[in-house]
Amino acid sequence: MAEVKPRVRLDKRDVKKGDTVDVKTLVSHVMETGLRKDSSGKVIPRMIINTFTCELNGKFVFGCDLESAVSANPYFEFKFKPTESGTLKFTWVDDEGVRIEAAETIKVT
Amino acid sequence: MLRQLSRRETLTVGAGAFAAGLGLAASPARALNDYADQIKKFTGGKAPVEGRIKLELPELAENGNTVPLSVAVDGPTGEGTHVEEILVLAPANPNARVIQFRFSAASVPEASTRIRLAETQDVIAVAKLSDGTFLQASRQIKVTIGGCGG
Repeated sequence: MAEVKPRVRLDKRDVKKGDTVDVKTLVSHVMETGLRKDSSGKVIPRMIINTFTCELNGKFVFGCDLESAVSANPYFEFKFKPTESGTLKFTWVDDEGVRIEAAETIKVT
Repeated sequence: MLRQLSRRETLTVGAGAFAAGLGLAASPARALNDYADQIKKFTGGKAPVEGRIKLELPELAENGNTVPLSVAVDGPTGEGTHVEEILVLAPANPNARVIQFRFSAASVPEASTRIRLAETQDVIAVAKLSDGTFLQASRQIKVTIGGCGG
């Protein structure tokens, strides 16, 4: 999975303290289940993104552990109330240890 | 690989299908997976309280490959308490575990994603609160074409 372009959308970047930010993320990945067989009957090995995390200034905000029952090109939507300005870092890690990263800045006033 | 069935064969096949149909009505077609053990593992043996989780799924999914799912914990969780994790399970999938969301104190306890479902089943969500209590909810979804490739 070479050139993977993650997409991240925030509903706002200027946030009033106490407000909720809505985050939507999408990344392309086959999410091969490890249950399918190829034409010769051999099992295609599992190859999925197994973790996703979102951090604000290095502090954990949201994350999840994925299994093969998550659809290809995993999509997540989550919400949080940021208490400080800074950089949101998004990280996806797959079974081969490949890391896909994205970052966004938000300002809390 | 279809071949013409003789009249006799057609009758036999028909009867077989009918019997299978009856069996299906009495018990699930496929044995369920170890979802109950997975719940126990998640809760550490504690019994979850039914309700207060909003689990949103379409009533019918034509394609089990991408089924939109959203899950949220309803109502106040109490002073200083927040939702730590929500585990989603699919009892009739090859593997019970679907996804485990992890939240922080800054999170709003809700999340959405898209999942694969092998067949019609009751999807289960179990939430872990920071005060050590667990909540559980389930929702039935009908799946026309399974999404686990077989």
